[in-house]
Amino acid sequence: MSIRRLLVANRGEIAARIIRTCRALGIETVLAVSEADRDSVPARLSSRVLCIGPARASDSYLRPETIVQAALGSGCQAIHPGYGFLSERAPLARLCEQHGVIFIGPTAETLEAVGDKLRARAEAEAAGVPVVPGGSADSAAAARTLARSIGVPLLVKAVGGGGGRGMKRVEREADLDAALELAAAEAGAAFGDARLYLERVVAPARHVEVQVLGDGAGHVIQLGERDCSVQRRYQKLIEETPAPGLAPALRARLHEAAVRFAARLRYRGAGTVEFLVAADRGEFWFLEMNARIQVEHPVTEQTSGIDIVAEQIAIAAGESSCVARGTPVLAGCAIECRINAEDPARDFAPSPGIVSEVVWPSGAGIRVDTHIEPGSRVPPFYDSLLAKIIAFAPERATALERLRAALAATRIVGVATNLAFQSRVVADPRFAAGGVDLGFLAAVTHG
Amino acid sequence: MSLTAQDIAEITRLLEESAFAELELEVNGLKIHLRRDGAAPATPRPPPSTATAEAPRAVPVIEPGLTPVRAPLLGTFYRAPKPGAPPFVDVGTRVEPETVIGIIEVMKLMNTVRAGAPGVVRAIHARDGELVEYGEALMVLAPRESG
Repeated sequence: MSIRRLLVANRGEIAARIIRTCRALGIETVLAVSEADRDSVPARLSSRVLCIGPARASDSYLRPETIVQAALGSGCQAIHPGYGFLSERAPLARLCEQHGVIFIGPTAETLEAVGDKLRARAEAEAAGVPVVPGGSADSAAAARTLARSIGVPLLVKAVGGGGGRGMKRVEREADLDAALELAAAEAGAAFGDARLYLERVVAPARHVEVQVLGDGAGHVIQLGERDCSVQRRYQKLIEETPAPGLAPALRARLHEAAVRFAARLRYRGAGTVEFLVAADRGEFWFLEMNARIQVEHPVTEQTSGIDIVAEQIAIAAGESSCVARGTPVLAGCAIECRINAEDPARDFAPSPGIVSEVVWPSGAGIRVDTHIEPGSRVPPFYDSLLAKIIAFAPERATALERLRAALAATRIVGVATNLAFQSRVVADPRFAAGGVDLGFLAAVTHG
Repeated sequence: MSLTAQDIAEITRLLEESAFAELELEVNGLKIHLRRDGAAPATPRPPPSTATAEAPRAVPVIEPGLTPVRAPLLGTFYRAPKPGAPPFVDVGTRVEPETVIGIIEVMKLMNTVRAGAPGVVRAIHARDGELVEYGEALMVLAPRESG
């Protein structure tokens, strides 16, 4: 079924990004906005805008019935959920399946399989992919026994969570009970699922993830990996591809493991398999799968030459996609910096407001994905991502040089941002050398 | 000659009693298009395949002194409780804050919409069986004295 009109069920830069590809493909877009986003840049770019509810996401962007009703009522054949919000919630995918609307993503069944982090771990093991030592913590007694066998430090994680949300680090066995209690309460409130599991802390380690595309019939290709080890409190700040300094054999094993995992699920659409990697030991462990487009997808687009949004649409519509052509030749290096409306001087507190003035960089090897222009409002209700500045070049040193110049050329007035902080991070000699681990950013912040 | 709310109510009644499904009337540049629609279908209609993605109608300007009744949620708007039934309200109907003025359906779930303020229905902007946005002015109320 060909898609002539598509509902974009998201906001911010990813909404603008999806609309851009739709325009190139000649697909009309209907953008579902909350009241706070009526005058946003993506609202202006979209063929049509429908207001779906008040600013609060739980009354607008998080309502599957309203989203599907908006699609049906405006004659859309498909819904693109972007990332976050409803993108990985099985109820939206299922509602689409029931009402003959194409959900641009995996099946509801797959979303359930990878959304339950314990099930995802079991799937990984069944696919012969190593997982971090750990397991279910369904009672305090079971958790204590497990904790003793895997050892501290360990992480208490939410089965229904992911992306580092609702995670507790336990340094001493004596602190386990309290952490479990707190984590269960938080997970119950945030995800409607209080179940927990434990994982050993693997350190030092890097976060390396593999971009995959599947056709839903068991064919899966990978588009290379991304190193996302520059994180602050489990939130990614800088991502790059290829991961610097990985031995070719380890890289190949990561790619194979990701493809094996996704193929076992007969994965449909774009997804990312995340791993912890101990590069010096040549070891890696499955973390989780993100069953949607990632914030950091542009670096992969720059090195693969593939428009991931266009491929998502083609796969969802059952049209021919690049999956049939196999893994493309990957060339060059790309690095992305996330620019957030966060104030480093106030412990990175969100800094909503009006952007009175903004200058984005341009030039050879520079791409900016943003939803911000002079006068744009940054509402306090949503995440604080303003833009992604991506630099690419045939080799890493040039990409890094371009990124530094691009950050220096960027100017944002009106809201506090992490721009200067990011400049400092990319200027750090350890980052320039490449291959930093997950402890790197804390080291930069504290000295 | 101009049309009063009462005239329109009368014309609507005549149409309903007639064998015709539609009536178009132009009086001194004022155009009225009435359609008897087998009204509120029980299931959502298939998406209109020929419609464009452009917004189908301009946002009505609310005259000073008039109170809009806004859609409390996005969904399919129905003017009557069931197909063929008379509409909840018409132009000229006196309403109280609690008066039901229509239904908004979201995935088979029927939500009643109330006037929210006292007044007299001056104009109805939302079309029966069509998608309305959150916050859209479904109809406008005039103060009672002038109704």
